Amino acid sequence: MNTIGKAFKFGDNIDTDLIIPARYLNSTDPKELAMYCMQDIDEEFTDKISEGDIIVGGKNFGCGSSREHAPLAIKGAGISCVIAKSYARIFYRNSFNIGLPILESEEASEKISQGDEIQVDFTKGIIKNITKKEEYKADKFPEFIQSIIKYNGLVGYVKNKLEQGDYNDL
Amino acid sequence: MGMTMTQKIIAAHCGKEIVTAGEFVEMNLDIVLGNDITTPVAINEFNKMGASEVFDKNKIVIVLDHFTPNKDIKSAQQCKISREFAKEKEIKNFFDVGQMGIEHALLPEKGLVVSGDTVIGADSHTCTYGALGAFSTGVGSTDMAGGMALGTTWIKVPEAIKINVIGKKKPFVSGKDLILHLIGKIGVDGATYKSIEFTGSGIKNLSMDDRFSISNMAVEAGGKNGIFPVDDKTIKYMEERKIKDWSIFEADEDALYDEEITINLDELNPTVAFPSSPENTKDIEDIGVIKIDQVMIGSCTNGRIEDMRAAAQILKGKKVADGVRTIIIPATQEVYKQCIKEGILEIFIDAGAVISTPTCGPCLGGHMGILASGEKAVTTTNRNFVGRMGHKESEVYLASPAVAAASAVTGKIQNPNKI
Ligand code: SF4
Repeated sequence: MNTIGKAFKFGDNIDTDLIIPARYLNSTDPKELAMYCMQDIDEEFTDKISEGDIIVGGKNFGCGSSREHAPLAIKGAGISCVIAKSYARIFYRNSFNIGLPILESEEASEKISQGDEIQVDFTKGIIKNITKKEEYKADKFPEFIQSIIKYNGLVGYVKNKLEQGDYNDL
Repeated sequence: MGMTMTQKIIAAHCGKEIVTAGEFVEMNLDIVLGNDITTPVAINEFNKMGASEVFDKNKIVIVLDHFTPNKDIKSAQQCKISREFAKEKEIKNFFDVGQMGIEHALLPEKGLVVSGDTVIGADSHTCTYGALGAFSTGVGSTDMAGGMALGTTWIKVPEAIKINVIGKKKPFVSGKDLILHLIGKIGVDGATYKSIEFTGSGIKNLSMDDRFSISNMAVEAGGKNGIFPVDDKTIKYMEERKIKDWSIFEADEDALYDEEITINLDELNPTVAFPSSPENTKDIEDIGVIKIDQVMIGSCTNGRIEDMRAAAQILKGKKVADGVRTIIIPATQEVYKQCIKEGILEIFIDAGAVISTPTCGPCLGGHMGILASGEKAVTTTNRNFVGRMGHKESEVYLASPAVAAASAVTGKIQNPNKI
């Protein structure tokens, strides 16, 4: 699995209120949520991005509330992947659970500049900076997470369990 | 090598003798929780999972607390989805307007969570129940759906930080000051992925309501949970509300901690977190003059009876300053009723404050007290991010009920000891 897009850079501690302000939480439609994605930090964000672009954050990306609306808004806006130094734990869970790929890489987070063209190979965990002609390594997903990814997120994972009827021996 | 208190609870819920930090396990759940914002998303995912029934209709709790009584048509639609689902699946613990309170004040009060339980909630402040000695943590809506379908969830066994509490609180110092102080010290990512385990001789000097505010904000330091040992106070609290049995777990003496921090209550002063991060804390002595437009006392952090009493003690016989809108929201119907009994609501009204029915309301910039651009508020809530309570150019200062009430009186952030 591969993706190519332009990088949009943000700093440390990007919280879920910045990703999607609470005043829009009366909807759960990813397309509607997407319209307000990052609005309080960059009003024109959603006009500037195109399908497949990439968000690059600093440390503790996605801190704050448990709202799944945050990764949903990012995914709904057409962002193909988030790269950051580290993530807040609920955001980390939520992203995998809803099928938004996220990667942890300190090097990539530091070296990528706004607007760089980035190619990500998820299977190998390799991030290519086409603009700067550099390559960075991302942490591989733990085995358990891989099994969730295999089923395209938690929905597929649970569905499979329910169909197999094997959830009693967990 | 021994286990932490959290690790022991997890081990007991996944049928293992021993679990170690970093390991992924599937854990059985005693309670799965959702609110009016997160439950509709979870219902959607639950249906997509092909689940027809919930795993146990007594172990799911749904509370309509954020945008209720409904603030607009969209939130009314959201609540309707949850209401119909609860009815169809015969969910026993469904709390609608009239019975509801802010979820994290409500569940312990109703006896729905006890020590030794495992709880996931589609709300980040689910970590509040650590005050009771339960393992509880916030998750997303899809996790809630998975929990409702299977009665289990995946969890990475956390490492832990140990907080050794010693000493005794000075007047007008509360659990809120302790947790703000700690977050100021370790930062908003100081405990990411980890448990915060409180221990030490000073614990006995913290009331249950102090402990609830402390565990509540563990997530503001990035923590997976924030847990207290079970003592006489915990047992008394649970006995008064007993609807189910509890179990008590203790950390092993040789449990491994990443870090140990001591907090001496004798040295703790009222503490305020400045905009726009809970880690931006200052001792009340070092604040200077900050004029304010609004005060809010309430939320899952500080909407309990002790919080109301602390505010009443200060507001009694006084008036709020001109131009300071003072909004007070008891967190549950029981707290509200107790305030009536003790004459607290009268004190608030005489002082010039307004009182609202239980709701999250202004805490997340929902309704009942949104801030305009340039306005400043002192609030007893738990987050002061940009735009959290309204306009992105408004400012939120986090403090205890005593500091918030004192500030309402003088119109600036006020040390309650000097009023
Ligand atoms: S009071 Fe605030 S922090 Fe607590 S559950 Fe409600 S919105 Fe969340």
